[in-house]
Amino acid sequence: MTGMVLRGVRPYGEDPVDLEIRDGLIAAVGSDVDTDGAEVRDAGGLVALPGFVDLHTHLREPGREDTETIATGSAAAALGGYTAVFAMANTNPVADNAVVVEHVWRRGREVGLVDVHPVGAVTVGLAGEKLAELGTMAGSLARVRMFSDDGHCVADPLLMRRALEYSTALDAVIAQHAEEPRLTVGAQAHEGELAARLGLAGWPAVAEESIIARDCLLARQTGARLHVCHVSTAGAADLLRWAKAQGIEVSAEVTPHHLLLDDERLATYDPVNKVNPPLRTAADAKVLREALAEGVLDCVATDHAPHAPQDKDCEWSAARPGMLGLQTALSVVVRTMVEPGLLDWRGVARVMSERPAAIAGLPDQGRPLDPGEPATLTLVDPDATWTVRGAALASIAGNTPYEGMSLPGRVVTTMLRGRVTVHEGEVHHG
Amino acid sequence: MRHLLATEGLDADTATAVLDTAEELKRTLLGREVRKLPTLRGRTVITMFYEASTRTRVSFEIAGKWMSADVVNVSSTGSSVGKGESLRDTALTLAAAGADCVIVRHPASGAAHRLAGWLAEVGTSVVNAGDGMHEHPTQALLDAATLRERLGSLAGRRIAIVGDVLHSRVARSNVHLLTTLGADVVLVAPPTLLPAQVRRWPVTVSHTFDAELPSVDAVMMLRVQAERMHGGFFPSTREYSIAYGLSEARLAALPEHAVVLHPGPMLRGMEIASSVADSPRAAITQQVANGVHVRMAVLYHLLAHEEEVA
Repeated sequence: MTGMVLRGVRPYGEDPVDLEIRDGLIAAVGSDVDTDGAEVRDAGGLVALPGFVDLHTHLREPGREDTETIATGSAAAALGGYTAVFAMANTNPVADNAVVVEHVWRRGREVGLVDVHPVGAVTVGLAGEKLAELGTMAGSLARVRMFSDDGHCVADPLLMRRALEYSTALDAVIAQHAEEPRLTVGAQAHEGELAARLGLAGWPAVAEESIIARDCLLARQTGARLHVCHVSTAGAADLLRWAKAQGIEVSAEVTPHHLLLDDERLATYDPVNKVNPPLRTAADAKVLREALAEGVLDCVATDHAPHAPQDKDCEWSAARPGMLGLQTALSVVVRTMVEPGLLDWRGVARVMSERPAAIAGLPDQGRPLDPGEPATLTLVDPDATWTVRGAALASIAGNTPYEGMSLPGRVVTTMLRGRVTVHEGEVHHG
Repeated sequence: MRHLLATEGLDADTATAVLDTAEELKRTLLGREVRKLPTLRGRTVITMFYEASTRTRVSFEIAGKWMSADVVNVSSTGSSVGKGESLRDTALTLAAAGADCVIVRHPASGAAHRLAGWLAEVGTSVVNAGDGMHEHPTQALLDAATLRERLGSLAGRRIAIVGDVLHSRVARSNVHLLTTLGADVVLVAPPTLLPAQVRRWPVTVSHTFDAELPSVDAVMMLRVQAERMHGGFFPSTREYSIAYGLSEARLAALPEHAVVLHPGPMLRGMEIASSVADSPRAAITQQVANGVHVRMAVLYHLLAHEEEVA
């Protein structure tokens, strides 16, 4: 295999170097790398980061291939700078058994643009009543190490306790969608001044925070690893800070939309802004940005959720919750975290790649940009801006809340184990 | 006016103009044997009701007919809606069929706003006849018309809105309109039936009905919906009735000029004593009568443009 040299690239946005790639690995980093037989690419000014890892993606296959497939979702991921994604279990049929998780895993491999790791359901049919066969999924070809009923909360405290306990034997993590269902019956939007005025039934912060508090205590009781999906409230950040200080094994993610957007968006009643958990207040978003910088929130996860036009271009209460995120995540992180000085590029590598890879236990993702490490990386033009157009995104669905917005930072190249999967907006199929 | 979607944001001049037109229409029609004006001849008004309704629907239909508009009623049963057609497709279909104005009642908050967006290019006007828990602007306008008749002006008047404010579109529309017209609004309800952060609204809030009675010029009772009674918002209908029902004793504690309003349908004996509802202090049938004139005025302002009223 011939090599490649990225000339003048800036690892983590630091001093320019040449980066030599051979046999899927980073062969050398420095000023006098071996260009013999290698394709030399000018990467001057580009920031090199380890490939991004998304712990929270909805690829919709099987079941809703009219909105996204593993192929189109993988393309969107690669275009967004991702090299690994975790496909949530709320497909149809549900990924609560070895057959479905192996199908998703195998399709991901066939497409070959990113590593697609299926997330297994915690409970059969996401019904919250009976544990799914976690061990069988863990032992399958898909080697499932993350389980979640995302979209639904594992609300029964005893069932959650058992799931956490049981997962310790599998070296797995339970990812909780923290939403006390009794507190969110009919909920449509963040319970606050605006939703009250608009007549939208409230989704109160306490419904999220009470489950996070409970689950942190259950994780302490069981010694298990808990991951909290899409943290959206300021109070949740406080609870997580407390839990981590106690030594509880908890990690947490925040979505790009909860970093950037807030409930002022409700005023138009346009369901493109409907998401679960809902867009909170601007004050919540500010606290989430600070908590991500601080490390209380470990990582950014997209909660990429494609939906068909008829499920969004309707009245608010009839619309499905969720929004696209894979191709806009980096730019939103640049806007909300890098531009205000909350994170440098080392920090971006941490929240977009290193921490999520560690949480999910991926040995070959989120690695340092050092010789001998896999050439799984993303090159970013930090000075570029681009305008988001839902119709131009790779997903079949187009439900982006950033339509028409100009955002900073553009993914130029994505590379998976030495293979270029995306370059200059073009997807390179294997 | 292009649409009437909410009273929030409706300025005092526009609201007053609608109320003045309603009064003028009422005067014009008074004592006439044939209550029909030619103003909206050739205009097509379609009502789309996705919730059960007697008074609002009939009121709009009569309003349209008295203005000589062609009124077509569509309900969610017996139409394509029952076959699963989306709100958007139904609206576009009705607009394409020639509707100049669509009057919509829908259980989803914001449905009328969405409709106005979808019909923006067609030019069809949208009237919100009640959307979920959000607004019911013509109800607030007819309430204001009734209060103006009974009290003269709304400026400086103190109006109590009593009951299930949380789920009430009538309450939201009235809070906006009455405060815009210069009235002071006091919301009287148990804490479980008040919206989040209601203290940021331009109103005062009370949990003690009796304390408010001597100082109010009008009491607007809200309907307690059956599904709320069993939703744990209050311990029992008995306790609710004792704390927040408008009894004869409470009527007696009101100033003599004070008016009693209820948007209907009423639960006699629960939120309002039967004798109070039927007393001359209650303006409940007057509200219904004014509803027709107010809706005529709304249709006039939306559809008649520069033409004369009569």
